[in-house]
Amino acid sequence: MIPGPFAYHRPKTVADAVGLLASLGEEARPLAGGHSLIPMMKLRLAAPQHLVDLSAIAELRGVRNDGGDIIIGAMTTQHALIADATLGSKLPILRETALLIADPQVRYVGTVGGNVANGDPGNDMPAVMICLGATYHIAGRRGERRIAAREFYQGAYFTALEPGELVTAIRIPTPPAGHGAAYEKLKRKVGDYATAAAAVVLTLKQGRVATCSIGLTNVAETPLRAEEAANAVIGSTLDAATVKKAAAAAEAIASPASDNRGPAAYRKKMAGVMVARALERAKARAA
Amino acid sequence: MSKIQIKMTVNGKAIEALVEPRTLLIHFLRDQLNLTGPHIGCDTSHCGACTVDLDDKSVKACTMFAVQADGGTLLTIEGMAAPDGTLHALQEGFREMHGLQCGYCTPGMILRGYRLLKENPKPSEEEIRSGISGNLCRCTGYQNIVKAIQYAAAKLSGAPVKEAAE
Repeated sequence: MIPGPFAYHRPKTVADAVGLLASLGEEARPLAGGHSLIPMMKLRLAAPQHLVDLSAIAELRGVRNDGGDIIIGAMTTQHALIADATLGSKLPILRETALLIADPQVRYVGTVGGNVANGDPGNDMPAVMICLGATYHIAGRRGERRIAAREFYQGAYFTALEPGELVTAIRIPTPPAGHGAAYEKLKRKVGDYATAAAAVVLTLKQGRVATCSIGLTNVAETPLRAEEAANAVIGSTLDAATVKKAAAAAEAIASPASDNRGPAAYRKKMAGVMVARALERAKARAA
Repeated sequence: MSKIQIKMTVNGKAIEALVEPRTLLIHFLRDQLNLTGPHIGCDTSHCGACTVDLDDKSVKACTMFAVQADGGTLLTIEGMAAPDGTLHALQEGFREMHGLQCGYCTPGMILRGYRLLKENPKPSEEEIRSGISGNLCRCTGYQNIVKAIQYAAAKLSGAPVKEAAE
């Protein structure tokens, strides 16, 4: 399979990348790790006239602290994210999630920015970012703007990104020490998208849930924030009846399509099962 | 579309070439450099038969443009053995432990095993299995591939290695 022809650009700064995207117009696409875009180009489902490769832009890589927030450059690869010591201690859910994405070769190249920005409902990081209350930094011709992950996803492959804009970084408020988090993903095999998956971040106070947020992957056109499910567990000890109620609330908002991962009814049910498992594991990890 | 000049080091040799931007790295290696060790298995980035080492990372050459590797350092199966023909410990391991049958996945498996052992010289069986989870083998059931990588890990760390059983 050979993609259609295109012109290749490799800018060294965000300003140059944004300038190129603005001047080249809608026929240009940014290229991050390429593991979503290149397969689409090989199938000729995408045929951009210009590719703007972001790999030479040093300012887009790396993890840093900024006040109480952690900022992850958009071109940080899943492999680098897994190896990062700051993230390992402050945000272990990111490592857990990244290890469930694709396979080692893809993780060496695939980026966290590409994963959150391309709007594929099968991608794992968006639900986690929604759960963590992350904000995306976006650069465009008119300067920088920020948008909450919770407001970013509008439909399958439809996001709040305007043509010519780039996600440059992800800002995550550092969860309190002692929080518990988990990402549970049901998949058929290594490299598959989720049949259903759930992210949970919670804190406990005297054995009861003080705060909780829940995100769901690949059970709707967009990643979902399961607010009712999260509210159902707040104040509880996560006893069996409460977990069941939360799972049911998550199932109620899931609207997966039937596909070769299973019929819609099964995938909906699995969304609840993933929520229940993620709640249990997050609780076990919380102090 | 006009061609672009790229430079890279492939198996220790500096090369320069003209490529179309849309030329995939696997096609560049196989068709322009005549390095036919890296294979095209699935062509959809699932099977890992096209795995090569680029700048200390295992990558799937079917899902990368040659221009993206510009300036890089590449290793393919053709560069694994010593110039005098002495096999790399991984190649020896695959031979001794019967780590291949049809051989189609082998170049990718060996290159993936190479980076895995660079990062983790003494992997557990579990770590080997997850480390090669991006490489499919349709013949062996993986058991002997795992043993081959264990053989290489032992040999590279200086431990005595056992010859395969019958």
